[in-house]
Amino acid sequence: MADISANFLGIRSPNPYWLASAPPTDKKINVLRAFEAGWGGVVWKTLGSQVKNVSSRYSSVDYNGSRVMGFNNIELISDRPLDINLKEIAECVRLFPDRAMIVSLMADNNRESWHELIKKVEDAGAHGLELNFGCPHGMTERGMGAAVGQDPEIAGRVVEWVMEVAKIPVITKLTPNVHSVVPTGRASVLAGSHALSLINTIQSVTGVNLDTFVPNPNVGGQSTFGGYCGPAVKPIALKMLTTISQDPVTSRVPISGIGGISTWKDAAEFMLLGATTVQVCTAAMRYGFRIIEDLCDGLNNWMDEKGFRTIDDFIGRSVPTLTSWEELDINYHIVANINQDKCIHCGLCYISCEDGSHQAINLSYGNPYNTYSIKEEECVGCNLCKLVCPVDNCITMVEQRKGEDYVNWKEFQKRGMPLNDH
Amino acid sequence: MAVRNNRLTAEEYKQHFSDIHPPFETRDAAMVDANRCLFCYDAPCTKSCPTGINVPKFIKQITTDNLRGAAYTILSSNIMGGGCAKVCPVEKLCEGACVYNLMEEEAIPIARLQRYATEKAIEEKWQLFERKAAIGKKVAVVGAGPAGLSCAHVLSREGVDVTVFEKEAKGGGLMTYGIAAYKVTPEFCCDEVDFITSLGGINIQYGKALGKEITLEELQQQYDAVYLAFGVGLARQLYIPGEQLTGVVDAISFIYDIRNNDYPTVPVGDQVAVIGMGMTAIDAATQAKRLGAKEVTLVYRRTQQEMPCTETEMNIALLDGCKIVWLAAPTEILGENGQVTQLVCHMVKLEEDANGRRQPVITDEKMVLPVDMVIKAAGQMPYEQLVHDYQLHHSNGKISVTANSISNITGVFAGGDCVNGGKEVVDAVQAGKDGAKAILQYLLDGGQAGNSL
Repeated sequence: MADISANFLGIRSPNPYWLASAPPTDKKINVLRAFEAGWGGVVWKTLGSQVKNVSSRYSSVDYNGSRVMGFNNIELISDRPLDINLKEIAECVRLFPDRAMIVSLMADNNRESWHELIKKVEDAGAHGLELNFGCPHGMTERGMGAAVGQDPEIAGRVVEWVMEVAKIPVITKLTPNVHSVVPTGRASVLAGSHALSLINTIQSVTGVNLDTFVPNPNVGGQSTFGGYCGPAVKPIALKMLTTISQDPVTSRVPISGIGGISTWKDAAEFMLLGATTVQVCTAAMRYGFRIIEDLCDGLNNWMDEKGFRTIDDFIGRSVPTLTSWEELDINYHIVANINQDKCIHCGLCYISCEDGSHQAINLSYGNPYNTYSIKEEECVGCNLCKLVCPVDNCITMVEQRKGEDYVNWKEFQKRGMPLNDH
Repeated sequence: MAVRNNRLTAEEYKQHFSDIHPPFETRDAAMVDANRCLFCYDAPCTKSCPTGINVPKFIKQITTDNLRGAAYTILSSNIMGGGCAKVCPVEKLCEGACVYNLMEEEAIPIARLQRYATEKAIEEKWQLFERKAAIGKKVAVVGAGPAGLSCAHVLSREGVDVTVFEKEAKGGGLMTYGIAAYKVTPEFCCDEVDFITSLGGINIQYGKALGKEITLEELQQQYDAVYLAFGVGLARQLYIPGEQLTGVVDAISFIYDIRNNDYPTVPVGDQVAVIGMGMTAIDAATQAKRLGAKEVTLVYRRTQQEMPCTETEMNIALLDGCKIVWLAAPTEILGENGQVTQLVCHMVKLEEDANGRRQPVITDEKMVLPVDMVIKAAGQMPYEQLVHDYQLHHSNGKISVTANSISNITGVFAGGDCVNGGKEVVDAVQAGKDGAKAILQYLLDGGQAGNSL
């Protein structure tokens, strides 16, 4: 059995799965049940200014019958009294000393407020702090949350205030509602943040009700932009994570990855792209804390299969393989192959290639089953047919290099090689 | 042993004749299956539907809550798509061709989804179709069955005034009078006919049989064209001794009785033999059982390999507790006091003929079934005499037509069972569409395209 425990700036947890700062981590009763279920740690729901929530708060995007492909919320930071939160944090730390207890913070926008809040949280026994510079709704209007994270200068200044007093590790949580997460990430690291976490939720409108004409979620006939998360945002999160993992400044600190992680596979992907721990919210909100069982079990089995003893053996392993387009090898070429024994004749490869790609599939009419085959000379190796095929391994992409040597775009131009003629 | 009616309680009758293919209870339930559809291109299901319903399209429309669009997609290809969703042998048509079969997975329940999409349209009489402006032409259709109604609907949409002559008191043809009640109720059939005629321009005159109340000559004189879609109707006889005994009935009239009367009034025996293994034989056997017969035995002179019904149909009979005797040919029916008491069969072996087809050969081995009722379901025969009298070209009573439904008589077209000898409802609907297309061409050409047979 592999060792899946994590050590994040000295904050140890039996596994790399933390529950992200959100409703599942807003009170003792939840957090104790999460720890009993096996979660490695929690990021306690953001403490800070007094707020008042509205109803309703969530909405979702369904796709082809799958519910909650994407999820959004307009809930604010913790609306419970600070003293109760601190007391409960202390109790959770005492009852589960082996689990990570990070506390998310969003103080009023002045040095004193931050100093005061940090001291109280450290006194409660928290192991680390996560600065919420990302919340995209409700708090920004008051100059907090994403309003801080979207301006590297302000973010850097707040981190400096925090670092003046913080005695425990500080993680800065980045908002994705920017053209690049790197500037704020750099500013935070340069101001002393020990670590980064990303992404927070993405500003969104999940849909409009076609009967009432009010967008979701409906609050008495009105709506507001909510923070988008869930499986739909994972690809965006992975891209942003990679930019942090590759930047010379931000890559110096450990990263806690967040954004649509629902399975151990998602987690492994985040870790391969540089995350030391991962945070989960939507999946736990949807299915409950019990999902931790397969999150751990699946990761463990995969690590055994791959020969990884600890998570450090693979964290960041895929980062170097993500390069800029112009570094890609133009001589690398693949063409599709259809396994006729596996083909169920649905025609999806044909119509997607014909209407959506490069017209590289032959159709031979039959009744009722047509036969489909690849025109190898037309196939550009785009993967579309393989992606839409409903049968595993029916369509495979076979390597047929155009030349033996590695030729990237710069080299290609230098050599004056020919462009496509069709 | 006796043939008698009123064998069951009201609750039992209700239970026995309730819908064998219940509809989706909720939208969610329909969505689960609709979302499984792969949305195949040039889909095998569509190609396997005689009316060519664009199945992936209507299923996609269900998933987008465009039920009105789904109903239109179905009904514009098959105006009896509601009834076909209940009675089609889909296991050998659309669902049999579903690509999931090739993955060893359950096929999409196309019929059930089709029912989901059409039932509301029919129940609430959605006006999905509009008539074009009248073109000043009149067409007579003989027979308000699937072929006739389908033809009438297409013609009316195109602005033709259609009069349908129907010998029975209700429309729908064999859909109304010849199919097991647990598949489709007579009430639904009436609703479906009403839905079709709600388009306007279709006048059905009931109680008008060709050769009795009306003649072909009259129709030719009074209308611009005539479409014959009077189906088949005469039960094939066995030509064995004892066929005239009391208790020997043909399946067509047995089912007709069930369709036309309250279940408790329909008499059935204790021990029933049903001769044949076609769809009608199954419908007769299962309904005999459901009316309270103690023992029902299907007798067939070939094997499962050759049976005309589908395996699904056979399984309905088996699940109802019917027995099947294969390779048995009825040779005599015996009786006492004019009432049937025994069915004598000779066992059969199959031997290949010169063409390699397995033909039954009667052996000396005998089997005697004690019965008090024999239902003959040996097929239906075309109205040969009628066709002959009108000097229509025919083959054993089946009207001969060109690929365009054109008979040998100018301005007279034909389709459905009276041409093909008896196929599925869905085949008849397509025949009606083909007939309408040919008639329109004929009318637009000013009666030129007529006689080409």
